[in-house]
Amino acid sequence: MQSNLNYGVCHNNAMSKRTTTLRIGSGAGTSDDRMVPALELAERGDIDYLVFECLAERTVARENQARTRNPEKGYTPSLHERLRLVLPTCIKKGIRIVTNMGAANPIGGARAARREAEDLGLGNMPVAVVLGDDVSEIVRRMPQLRLMEDGEPLESLLPRLACANAYLGADVVSAALDKGTPMVMTGRVADPSLFLAPMLHEFGWSYEDYARLAQGTAAGHLLECTASVTGGCFGWPGIKDVFDLARNGYPFADVKSDGSLCIGKTPGSGGRLDVMTCTEQLIYEMHDPKAYITPDCVLDITELKFTQEAPDRVRVERARARPRTDTYKVTVGYDDGFIGEGEVSFGGIAAVARAKWAAEVIQERLRLRGFAFDDFRVDLIGMSSLHGDAEHRPEPYEVRLRLAGRTRDRKAAHAIGFETRATHMHGPGGSGGACEPRVKDVLAVKSVLLPRHLVRTEIVVEGGS
Amino acid sequence: MNVRVYDLAHSRAGDKGNTSNISVICYDEKDWEYLQRELTPERVMAAFAHIAGGPVTRHEIRNLKAFNFVIENALGGGVTVSLAQDIHGKSLCNVMLAIELPNCQDSKQGQSQQ
Repeated sequence: MQSNLNYGVCHNNAMSKRTTTLRIGSGAGTSDDRMVPALELAERGDIDYLVFECLAERTVARENQARTRNPEKGYTPSLHERLRLVLPTCIKKGIRIVTNMGAANPIGGARAARREAEDLGLGNMPVAVVLGDDVSEIVRRMPQLRLMEDGEPLESLLPRLACANAYLGADVVSAALDKGTPMVMTGRVADPSLFLAPMLHEFGWSYEDYARLAQGTAAGHLLECTASVTGGCFGWPGIKDVFDLARNGYPFADVKSDGSLCIGKTPGSGGRLDVMTCTEQLIYEMHDPKAYITPDCVLDITELKFTQEAPDRVRVERARARPRTDTYKVTVGYDDGFIGEGEVSFGGIAAVARAKWAAEVIQERLRLRGFAFDDFRVDLIGMSSLHGDAEHRPEPYEVRLRLAGRTRDRKAAHAIGFETRATHMHGPGGSGGACEPRVKDVLAVKSVLLPRHLVRTEIVVEGGS
Repeated sequence: MNVRVYDLAHSRAGDKGNTSNISVICYDEKDWEYLQRELTPERVMAAFAHIAGGPVTRHEIRNLKAFNFVIENALGGGVTVSLAQDIHGKSLCNVMLAIELPNCQDSKQGQSQQ
């Protein structure tokens, strides 16, 4: 490995491809996504860009908690392992990385990435960092903002506010790519925007060219969940078979400057990429198909057409878009107490009856100890934990009882698991295999819309010469 | 003999806040109009009544021979506060697939069996 890599501006050759096809790969769709398929895509996919999308409502909140405990943390914890795996290949091949692994601390994420590069013998790797998604100071001054979920004023949450992050768009990420660094690190950016950004940067598309923004946004939405479009959460034996699912590959988009678009996947990988998998992923997490709102545009998929062009290759046409809205969606996180959980199993004769009895007894013991809960739930795993209680469901041979409650009182939360485990000694009879009492801090999230002009974005470059 | 959504379509569930969206995608385009007629928002709401508060909105995506059902108040408050095991409601597409519909050939007979 070279130790003195020269990280000049635009060290890769992608700039010369403006008139040809740009290939953008998807390397992660969540902070806990599988890692090896990203390396395979970098090694065998002939990609120009590799995007790691690692944030969700839940994970942004979690990383804000981590930063609160340690100001150097707050980026995606899997950043180290992920980059260690792919960085040598990406640097060698000139594949530029775009990632939101900066989470609640993009500067911290960039520094962590630079340390990994140095440890790998890749020298002084500069990282362009997108700042400005953290709008907590701005929204603190705007208690009148209405929560999208229930119309209540933000004021009601402000005393417990832990974080507020705006979903930034592709424009600022594209501007960061203009810095020419091998990597762009962001915090909260809308998922499709991470993929649209390299198209804006490479092709010089106008940010008002909605025909092209529509195609790029559709590409981003199809890629943002990695293996979901390549047969990942698709397979169903007999009717939706997936070839070699254990080695399912990650997808890429082939985009041309006119906005023409095909989705493909790592050559030689397992999985499946066809019109069915693309349709499932396109509708995923969409509400109105005429109005999928991103920071870049309002996407309309009601004329969109998929065509199977070759095995594992689908053409995407006729995505449409209307102009973007004048607001950014902001996720606000606030402390909402604790969730406590306990589990214990029952098997054999009258297993379900004993589990139900135990649930009553445990709740009574919690009441007797003076604990109250804002929300409480009893699940019979094997019967009712996923799809609720329905009549006439057959009783299984064995069942796992789960109790969960949310409360402002940590002791009360702990008591749920404590009392559930105590059924071993205090009945009903024949319970076994209780788990340790579990307590987690709740950082709840809601949303507000913030006028765009109030958000100030900034790009800084960490390191380099 | 009734028809299940499962027999005609595939499905996937997604989440945003406390709202679940569940796609229903026909295997065969010719079944789209039957599902448009029979897989009404009311019928879906009834199937989810013990899980979700609703309401249910159905979006038609004819070009993809699909529907998108948006079910509000379905996820125990949303992923960050839900007490459920499946906080994202990813398994809820299976409730959709299990919905029984009147037989395509004789919808009156099917309805009498509901």
